[in-house]
Amino acid sequence: MLSDRAAAEISRISAKYQDARSGLLPALYVVQKEDGWLSPSALTAVSEMLNVPAATVKGVATFYAMFRHKPMGRHLVQLCTNVACMLMGAERLVDLLKEKYGVEPNGTSADGRFSLVIMECIGACATAPAMLVDADFHEDLNEKNILEILEKYR
Amino acid sequence: MEKYLLRNIDNPASADIAEYIKAGGYKALPKALGMSPAEVIAEVKASGLRGRGGAGFPTSMKWSFAAADPKKPKYLLCNADEGEPGTFKDRPILEKNPHLLIEGMIISGFALQAEYGYIYLRGEYPKAKDILEAAIAQAYEKNFLGDNILGKGIRFHLSVHQGAGAYICGEETALIESLEGRRGQPRIKPPFPVNEGYLAKPTVVNNVETLANIPLIIEIGAAEYAKIGSADCPGPKLYCVSGHVKRPGVYELPMGVTLREIIYTHCGGIPGDRKLKAVMPGGISTPILPADRIDCLMDFPSMAKHGSMLGSGAVMVFDETVDLAKVCLRAMKFFEHESCGKCTPCREGVGWMRSILERICSGLGRAEDIELLMEVSANIAGKTFCPLGDGAAMVVQNFIKNFRDEFESHIAGAKNNEKVGPAA
Repeated sequence: MLSDRAAAEISRISAKYQDARSGLLPALYVVQKEDGWLSPSALTAVSEMLNVPAATVKGVATFYAMFRHKPMGRHLVQLCTNVACMLMGAERLVDLLKEKYGVEPNGTSADGRFSLVIMECIGACATAPAMLVDADFHEDLNEKNILEILEKYR
Repeated sequence: MEKYLLRNIDNPASADIAEYIKAGGYKALPKALGMSPAEVIAEVKASGLRGRGGAGFPTSMKWSFAAADPKKPKYLLCNADEGEPGTFKDRPILEKNPHLLIEGMIISGFALQAEYGYIYLRGEYPKAKDILEAAIAQAYEKNFLGDNILGKGIRFHLSVHQGAGAYICGEETALIESLEGRRGQPRIKPPFPVNEGYLAKPTVVNNVETLANIPLIIEIGAAEYAKIGSADCPGPKLYCVSGHVKRPGVYELPMGVTLREIIYTHCGGIPGDRKLKAVMPGGISTPILPADRIDCLMDFPSMAKHGSMLGSGAVMVFDETVDLAKVCLRAMKFFEHESCGKCTPCREGVGWMRSILERICSGLGRAEDIELLMEVSANIAGKTFCPLGDGAAMVVQNFIKNFRDEFESHIAGAKNNEKVGPAA
């Protein structure tokens, strides 16, 4: 089910396009921002609202890497390990997050605090390794400062 | 060289419209609107501007095809889906100089007689979304956007459309599919987007940096613009440099500067004065160059003659400590993750190449693996709708062609399997 607020936001965004279906990705973002993930019932509600078949909505939602299909931890850590970040030691940071918080790629820590997603280049290659925590960029990471940064996300 | 694309970038308030105007912004807009749309296209044609997204296609040609198509409305899409690994050149424009892009889009929209523009922004740039949306709202307030721009009866509406993490959507037909609310899978061409693009209407898709060049062309005129950089590929260019250089970052330099100058003069050379091993000059999809082949001009035609590509101008530098087989494997993991699944050679072949590279790098490689990689890659290249498969095949072929010994030594079991990282 969509909240009244989400439904109103989706209507407002869809009106910006010549074709309501173009509002599908933005609608999925609205839902994900509110719920933290795209539940099957939310996908059905979006399908009904935009008049796009439910199977199509699911097909679109599962195509894009940044849509979540299960509940996430309180904070989403999106760490890049692509070539520029790999050169600067990103793989060691993945290991460190596992040791320190018990979180594996595509997993969530037992306390529900962090979910970890490995990213394919987030455009911070000069300041590698880099990550997004929720919507915040953190760059020039190392084994010390990454833990200091993450301590601020409770 | 005087900065244009990165002008005002050190001003913390550079994204604000007042600061942009103070620095000389929005001067090209009234000038362009005083011309006819055909005159604006002619000016861009005379400038010699080539698209900065990677293919280097003449911008005016795309525009004139769309302008000549009678179908309405027309659309101008800005490709801000900067996803080519190693590429971060559009980010400073999006985050720090959004009005330069917006001014470029209004002028371009006028030239095409497009009424609607969308900035297709990658999902990985959430900050840029807020900045662009605030800047667009300011442009509406100043009557630079809307139904009657500057009281001249010109209509152009602009908004941001956020992608959701799919590299393939940087390919223009996949971008259009995605904007239409579909899976981002490329369309076969023809028809080309300039005739049947978004909602089957004439659509021009231009890169952020391409559109950011438009105000300069109008402001100083095509003749002055064409004096910047290479004669057959002029203008300022953003080169984004990462990996093993002392000063990585985004550099605005005249098109056609040499790769050596970028690495050793602007970026200060290799840290610890270690030796250079190789460079990927234009992003992860462009053919790798060994250290002795960096005396080349970094523009589209020169790099094609040199056996590589300018691509997005994303220079990735590898010093002597780097295990290139592992770089090749990481690149293939990327292509496998990003293959949209539409074409069998790419969907199946790229994953196959990744698994071969995985066993080579983990010390389980077989003697025939290198030939197998060459064979699989040859069965991908040229056999897919879009260039993603070609890119993956080209990476494997060029890594093996230039650095075969690195793969062979893994297979011979001579290399250790330490994780890659900065040298101590």
